[in-house]
Amino acid sequence: MPELADICNVLLLRDYNTRLVVICTMLLGCACGLMGGFLLLRKRSLMGDTLSHATLPGVGLSFILAVALGGDGKSLPILLVGAAITGVIGCAAVLFIREQTRIKDDAAMGIVLSVFFGAGIAILGVIQTMPEGSAAGLESFIYGKTASMVMSDFQILVFVTICVITCSLLLFKEFRLLCFDETFAAALGWPVKFLDILLLALITAVTVTGLQAVGLILIIAFLITPAAAARFWTNQLDRMLVLSALIGGASGWLGASLSAFIPRLPAGAVIVLVAALFFVVSMLIGTERGVMVRFLRQSQLKKRMGRQHLLRALYEILEGGRLTEELNIRTVPFRQIRGRRTWSDTQLRDYIRRAYNDGLVEAPNKVDSILLTKTGLAEAAQVTRNHRLWEMYLIEYADVAPSRVDRDADMVEHVLGEKMVTRLENKLQAYRSAGSLVPQSPHPIHPGD
Amino acid sequence: MEWYSIDTWIVVIGALAAGACALLGNFLVLRKMSMMGDAISHAVLPGLAIAFLVTGARASLSMFIGAAIVGVLTAVFTQWISRFGKVDEGASMGIVFTTLFALGLLLIVQGADHVDLDPSCVLYGAIELTPLDVVWRPTLFGYFIEVPRAALVLVGVALLNTVFVVAFFKELRISSFDAELATAMGIHSKLMHYLLMSLVAVTTVACFEAVGSIIVIAMLIVPAATAHLLTDRLWLMVVLSVLIAIVSAVLGHLSALILPACFGFADTSTSGMMAVMAGLIFSTVVLFAPKYGVLPRLVRKTEAVR
Repeated sequence: MPELADICNVLLLRDYNTRLVVICTMLLGCACGLMGGFLLLRKRSLMGDTLSHATLPGVGLSFILAVALGGDGKSLPILLVGAAITGVIGCAAVLFIREQTRIKDDAAMGIVLSVFFGAGIAILGVIQTMPEGSAAGLESFIYGKTASMVMSDFQILVFVTICVITCSLLLFKEFRLLCFDETFAAALGWPVKFLDILLLALITAVTVTGLQAVGLILIIAFLITPAAAARFWTNQLDRMLVLSALIGGASGWLGASLSAFIPRLPAGAVIVLVAALFFVVSMLIGTERGVMVRFLRQSQLKKRMGRQHLLRALYEILEGGRLTEELNIRTVPFRQIRGRRTWSDTQLRDYIRRAYNDGLVEAPNKVDSILLTKTGLAEAAQVTRNHRLWEMYLIEYADVAPSRVDRDADMVEHVLGEKMVTRLENKLQAYRSAGSLVPQSPHPIHPGD
Repeated sequence: MEWYSIDTWIVVIGALAAGACALLGNFLVLRKMSMMGDAISHAVLPGLAIAFLVTGARASLSMFIGAAIVGVLTAVFTQWISRFGKVDEGASMGIVFTTLFALGLLLIVQGADHVDLDPSCVLYGAIELTPLDVVWRPTLFGYFIEVPRAALVLVGVALLNTVFVVAFFKELRISSFDAELATAMGIHSKLMHYLLMSLVAVTTVACFEAVGSIIVIAMLIVPAATAHLLTDRLWLMVVLSVLIAIVSAVLGHLSALILPACFGFADTSTSGMMAVMAGLIFSTVVLFAPKYGVLPRLVRKTEAVR
């Protein structure tokens, strides 16, 4: 086991080599997280996969070209430029196939990925037989060399990260609209194609610099996982991007540190796993779209809907007779409620039990009937009123047929807020029936009884 | 260029692998799950590693089983994440396969003392070396034939895939085009889905050893997509895709021998060139396919305008 002092050394970046690796992966995680956010919202997450595979032929070709021209085949800038060029060509090919043929997105990405990667392998195969130099080292361009990064990697990464952050800040508004409504952006007269290409170029830059530093799988994971994790926490693009960059950076930091003080732990793999852990935790407890929050919200909505359905059913049954506050008239037989909606006995009993606990209904005697309390009656009137207001609004302003309006209103009325009801009331001044709080139903109430 | 019996075997093995992949690829392309091939081919690594660490040998059967299980798990996890987490399907696929790959890498490195399981070898494969591993020497018409192990394995897989596609053709067709209709007709479309996924995983593993993952990914998608541009009939698409796969395997090896020689180099990687040839066939079809090609459509459009 590593000593505490070692752990401190690593986490506080005291060792030069570790410091370089950890800072590089952190930077890369931030930049990738940021770009991944845009990719995720454009539903193009796997573009990073395609892009990173499509760089291989560029690496090989630029090596051959450089050697043929008498230069140094392994100079980093030349290889990077070559990689970027074929990467962009690959992306363009995906877009071309998708737009010009009946082939779908996924197949287009798969085709470009495999064909370009195959071409890259063939080119590397040729290089291996060249007398000028072995292809050794070129492969690490794809697999990365996380543990042995050098100062020049750091400089390039810093440069790219700064570029990416600056561009995202300057063009935030444009990129946001591009992500959410491309056609609207085009209608506004924005250069959508140019923005799209700029975004792709930024992603290519991040991918290419990252590839030779940390390898293909880690780059793909960095482009997808932090963004997907951040999405669970917020619906705001700016917050999501910041969070995604933070998660990316944190996974880089934690993963690289872990692999530094535990032997035989490949940094790239550990970072991917740390990011995946972030994702799983976010998916479970994310406050905006996490599984638990959504489950809670759904069950609450279900309960509220059940309660409102029950109250409205009771109100509508009572409405037929003389609706006063006298007790004996507020009693409704169970059988009659049962006929109002398609609900099962257990469901209905459950709703009634809940309403009883909330003091909305009472069981007056042993007979199968229930009694609406005064509070219950008030809320039932409120619920019915909201429902009818919404129905009238639909008839008047949304051209929904009166025969259908009951069902349509049913879908929305449970989420009507106080403000919305006031606005409906103002719109529907004319329908406010004089004297009564609850307007008349705009359609015959179906004879369930 | 000189042709040896080894070259014949390379072509045969390549064609078998390509055909086996292309058969299944049709249904992946139609179900808009093409990237599943890429995902599974990365994700099976932990299955291989665990099978190896448990049995301590590179026994084919346990590796197959391990890989098939992880292959199906990839599909299951992807679906879970995209359904329960409401994550885009592509993104959830990416998360699952990178995580599984990392896990596999970790397992391999942790057990590295006694492992000769090299991840890059698993991914690249070495089709040029497969004919040397001879396991069966039958005599046919007085000739000695040295059958490599990879050829036997791939014949088995290709047969398995053919039987699957022929036997379940109706079910596959309906559930690929309209999963809900299939369910309404009493077809277990989920079962078909997972059967397909496990076959993809098994095929992937069988091909890995022989030809490397790049051929698997290419041959799962490219021939099927090419055939999809040529016809609207499913059975014709399946037949065409297998033919295209075989042709690109043959052309791939030929060009690996010939093409570099034109520029004064020795030969190059066969598996890479097979993917490139499939890509060339695809580009040709994209441009010239009679009904869905770019150029014929352009011509029709200009004629219509006139």
